Amino acid sequence: MSNAQIVMRADTGAARPHTGEVERKLGALELAWGNGFVRKTVIIIFLGIVWEAYGRYLDNPLLFPTLSDTLVTLADRVADGTLPLRAWTSLKVLLMGYVSGVVIAAVLTILAINTRIGTDFLETMTAMFNPLPAIALLPLALIWFGLGNGSLVFILIHSVLWAVALNTHSGFLGVSQTLRMVGRNYGLKGLSYVFKILVPAAFPSILTGLKIGWAFAWRTLIAAELVFGVSSGQGGLGWFIFENRNLLDIPSVFAGLLTVIIIGLTVENLIFRTIERRTIRKWGLQN
Amino acid sequence: MSALLDVSGVTLRYKTPSVLVTATDRVSFQVNQSDRFVLLGPSGCGKSTLLKAVGGYMSPSEGKIRIKGREVTEPGADRMMVFQEFDQLLPWKTVLENVMFPLLVARKLPRKEAEDRARAYIEKVNLTRAIESYPHTLSGGMKQRVAIARGMAMEPDILLMDEPFAALDALTRRTCQDELLQLWEDTKFTVMFVTHSIAEAIKIGNRILLLSPHPGRVKAEVNDVDRVSPTDGSAGQLEKHIHDLLFADEAVH
Repeated sequence: MSNAQIVMRADTGAARPHTGEVERKLGALELAWGNGFVRKTVIIIFLGIVWEAYGRYLDNPLLFPTLSDTLVTLADRVADGTLPLRAWTSLKVLLMGYVSGVVIAAVLTILAINTRIGTDFLETMTAMFNPLPAIALLPLALIWFGLGNGSLVFILIHSVLWAVALNTHSGFLGVSQTLRMVGRNYGLKGLSYVFKILVPAAFPSILTGLKIGWAFAWRTLIAAELVFGVSSGQGGLGWFIFENRNLLDIPSVFAGLLTVIIIGLTVENLIFRTIERRTIRKWGLQN
Repeated sequence: MSALLDVSGVTLRYKTPSVLVTATDRVSFQVNQSDRFVLLGPSGCGKSTLLKAVGGYMSPSEGKIRIKGREVTEPGADRMMVFQEFDQLLPWKTVLENVMFPLLVARKLPRKEAEDRARAYIEKVNLTRAIESYPHTLSGGMKQRVAIARGMAMEPDILLMDEPFAALDALTRRTCQDELLQLWEDTKFTVMFVTHSIAEAIKIGNRILLLSPHPGRVKAEVNDVDRVSPTDGSAGQLEKHIHDLLFADEAVH
């Protein structure tokens, strides 16, 4: 009887010493360059240098103040309490509008995922209102709700609602058939099915919606404040920018704009990044 | 003794946008306690559809499906499913949480008890070292073993497995089959297993239901499959016999 031959090789196994380099520590520069935060800081520093250089070359603080002027004004305005107060006024309204928009979006999407007429309603409404700039509703809002936070919250809801609802709904639709069947296998129904299966499974899309909604809300608010400015004696950041332009205090205008940018960057990098890192990255839903 | 699962005269139809497909036509069979019941047939014989109907995901247009005398009307945790797809684990939960989750939401066990039971079953499928890992860090074979642990930890009336090893590589598939048999030796659970591989059916099952395609009808039932042995060639003979049965119609043409 003929059998296949197995010839054992002696030179394998742990006893064999390593011939080449398997692991090598990266240098400090390589490590730093691998960090996204460091790379982005380098970009921001570069832009700052370009700004400063151009401002000095132009030498016209009325048109384009230098970065150093802007930073000094920013520090002054923060120190005398104007900017923090204005920023807080804006943020309060913003949060009211944002939270209400997200809650309404959640209700609409849950209706849409559970009933066919809800789906049709959401699809029609998003198709109609998503392309409509929120700021275009401001004149109407002023008539309906008067000069005040009511109007602002109304247009903020409009700017947040459709972006969040659209993303959440498409996220729900993208949840795999297998996961849906698993959820139903556990006997989950209605709201507990939505919150225990659909929401976490669609979380990448939901988070994108929340981020887009946040950006939309922020720019809508600043634009709206520029248009009708002040209510009850206390304006927000948009009004601060508008007011200082009228006073021809251009470094303050720049300081106001910079504050808008800084708040935007902070929310994006601190809040949304942290949520991303703790959820979808940890779960392997995003690389 | 009355059967654990009684499928009598079940016709299953589903709609595609343009046609109404009859997946199975008046299929009847019974599964007893501790059976390893295999549905075997070529693609298009409705075996997966039949399993989904037992799972409660679709209702028969004719006939009845009863489990322990209760009629199946909707999905439920008394019939745990193990799917073919690797994405059946919840990606936002660790291995331990994935196994615990149905115990908490469907069985309403207290947390401590659920955790103990989940740990015990994860131990059974040899995944204790990966217990805190998230599913995306696991290999395909490990994911399927977690899904099996999750199904078994619920101690359901019947475990429904829809080609769970079909997407695995050949070596991992053999390991998983051996492990499944070992688990069955330990706990003698009842399992209904869908496959299109004759060899797998013979290895896993003690009873095999042969289905013919378009529409799915019962062609034959093979009992006492566990009496054949791969060492004396009887398994090979049975495999050839089943193969001839399944492809007899084609030979005529």
